[in-house]
Amino acid sequence: MTARIGVVTFPGTLDDRDSLRAVRIAGAEPVSLWHRDTDLHQVDAVVLAGGFSYGDYLRAGAISRFSPVMETVIEQAKAGMPVLGICNGFQILTEAHLLPGAMLRNNHLHFICRDQKLRVENAETAWTSDYTAGQEISVPLKNVDGRYTADERTLDELEAEGRVAFRYSDVNPNGSLRDIAGITNAAGNVVGLMPHPEHAVEPLIGTGRTDGLGFFTSIIKKLVNA
Amino acid sequence: MARVVVDVMLKPEILDPQGQAVQRALPRLGFDGIADVRQGKRFELEVEGPVDAAALARINEMAETFLANTVIEDFTVKIEADEKAEESK
Repeated sequence: MTARIGVVTFPGTLDDRDSLRAVRIAGAEPVSLWHRDTDLHQVDAVVLAGGFSYGDYLRAGAISRFSPVMETVIEQAKAGMPVLGICNGFQILTEAHLLPGAMLRNNHLHFICRDQKLRVENAETAWTSDYTAGQEISVPLKNVDGRYTADERTLDELEAEGRVAFRYSDVNPNGSLRDIAGITNAAGNVVGLMPHPEHAVEPLIGTGRTDGLGFFTSIIKKLVNA
Repeated sequence: MARVVVDVMLKPEILDPQGQAVQRALPRLGFDGIADVRQGKRFELEVEGPVDAAALARINEMAETFLANTVIEDFTVKIEADEKAEESK
């Protein structure tokens, strides 16, 4: 079977095309989802791509979280459907309370755009099984609201349960607490991170490496073996 | 029409680099004596009909689920016309 992976386009989404392309390169069937869709067109997993959905009005992800497509995504994610939130997608997942914590303005207030080294901390989620724990990868990072924040109790809980999926490994680029770049829910089907694996899937562009491809090959293996 | 104001502020323990940038600019502009600045958001809601307990309860719900992200922010709800604080959180 070919896995069908949906990528949501909100008004203001930027990275939906790259995400669809990454899905295709990894070997699955990419499916475009529109923010007004309440039906997910029989996809097996969903990617919430990066960008500035609804202009980041109110807070990044705050308005997208209430869009028709998200009502269904939230319901399905709670039932176990794999969901990956990249950058703005991660912000949407926290606003939707599918992942704990929140993203704030970078501590230095600048927009960052750089190749970022990450350490894979949890290689057992639906989206990270093709990596190994402790592996270092490099993917682009580009955001202004990327400072991951949660209260101490939540941070301790995330650490204790192995739910910190990725940590910034060379420098902490935005003041994220405990160098957290990405996290997973307890079930491992919902993962969010600020850096952009979908921009690092072909040797010709971006970092020149394909370190991001593992997200998409991981989920395809999981879906095909399911 | 009654106006209800919802003020949203980052929780005290959350770092506010925007407020810090404003505070650091003040001495250069000749405004001395400001030890700290924190930046927030103010929403002015023009309410149709009476602002009774039920209306305020709905506005509180709106603030809690949408206008503020209570993971990082606190909010207060005030009826502005009467200049009396009805409810706060």
